[in-house]
Amino acid sequence: MAMIEFKNVSKWYGSFQVLKDCTTKVEKGEVIVVCGPSGSGKSTLIKCVNGLEPFQQGELIVNGQSVGAKTTNLPQLRAKIGMVFQNFELFPHMSVTANLNLAQVKVLGRSPEESTEKSRALLQRVGLIDHARKFPGQLSGGQQQRVAIARALAMDPIAMLFDEPTSALDPEMINEVLDVMVELAQEGMTMMCVTHEMGFARKVAHRVIFMDQGEIVEDATKTDFFGTPRSERAQQFLSKILHH
Amino acid sequence: MFTDFDFDVIERALPYLWQGMMFSLGLTLLAMVGGIVLGTLLALMRLSSYKVLRVPAGTYVNLLRSTPLILVIFWFYFLVPIAVKHITGDSYAQGIGPFHSALIAFTLFEAAYYCEIIRAGIQSVPAGQVQAAQALGLNYWQATLQVVLPQAFRNMVPILLTQGIILFQDTSLVYVVGLTDFMGAASKVAQRDGRLVEMYLFAALIYFILCYLASFFVKRLQSRITPPR
Repeated sequence: MAMIEFKNVSKWYGSFQVLKDCTTKVEKGEVIVVCGPSGSGKSTLIKCVNGLEPFQQGELIVNGQSVGAKTTNLPQLRAKIGMVFQNFELFPHMSVTANLNLAQVKVLGRSPEESTEKSRALLQRVGLIDHARKFPGQLSGGQQQRVAIARALAMDPIAMLFDEPTSALDPEMINEVLDVMVELAQEGMTMMCVTHEMGFARKVAHRVIFMDQGEIVEDATKTDFFGTPRSERAQQFLSKILHH
Repeated sequence: MFTDFDFDVIERALPYLWQGMMFSLGLTLLAMVGGIVLGTLLALMRLSSYKVLRVPAGTYVNLLRSTPLILVIFWFYFLVPIAVKHITGDSYAQGIGPFHSALIAFTLFEAAYYCEIIRAGIQSVPAGQVQAAQALGLNYWQATLQVVLPQAFRNMVPILLTQGIILFQDTSLVYVVGLTDFMGAASKVAQRDGRLVEMYLFAALIYFILCYLASFFVKRLQSRITPPR
């Protein structure tokens, strides 16, 4: 059974259709890169996975549960799916450790001691243990994003969603974040990443999904996608972003 | 210039003025706490996606905000006993007394104003923060209490205080139900002793000092609760 399965998912904002009949699958342990021009619905697509964006048609099964179903306990489902945002979205009024502890204590019911231990281990892993007591505003963008990844990992997620995790970063900080993501991918984490980092895609992705105007135009293995993209739109997109 | 003035009148009236001040401060504090709690709930209702919560809260706020405070105080004082009589059928039923009716009137009235302040404060918290809280599995109340409100209140502290100062000054309206606050006390002494200028100067000075101290305190509080960056 696939970890994440989209079956003809469609979504509208008013009369404007942002997702058109999207169908794809993410197996356990797979790393999927979603790319495409801006406004093509990539972010909307992955935000559907944890129910942050509701959709009107089709079905979306995550870990055996239908996301759109009224009976699905969304907070419970979301707790199992980690998400990393373009703008980090750390909680500015809490220390780094408190950011990592919050949901562990409130959602998973771990004790503060147990949570802190877990948080410290993860901060160690992303190389930020020395910043455990600082506040998000005192960290650089790259550091904040690594904290955000650690915060998502603290919930022991079964899959991770990345929504343009490096788009808001200064160029010199992109690699520190990608390194953490590569490591995660190599450990077998199921990942769905919206990103334009084609180097990352080449390195660890199993499949690449190319979207344009709300449609999944291309859903191919990495080698096929970079070798011989079938659609003209994907070819154009690739030639535009790979030129430099 | 002050030769004609008799500032002793103030000293003699101090215990009475003190009583009035305690009343003003007490009523302000209670109505402020009650108003903020109720105002927060109203704000959450107004921002709710459910119409059954949004519409009544909106109606309440608009109704109260278009009514003069003095009228609300008046109403409560006279209408509550009538309502109690009507409901219990006890024709001897007493009201809840001028203080309690004033307190309820102030709380309900201030709640409408606090609601609008808090609503703006909540909306100032970026939507991404709510999404991040939700993505971690926090439910509505957890996300609201842990993530949204702490940030919203931090942004709102100065304007909440301003509203508190307005409330403090408005407590003088309780004279309509026969209560005596600081301003009322000063006014009564002034009329009784024929020392209007002295008393009103003194009252103005006290109001200024208190409000100035309050804003100083809020500035310090604000720098303390702002997370380092």
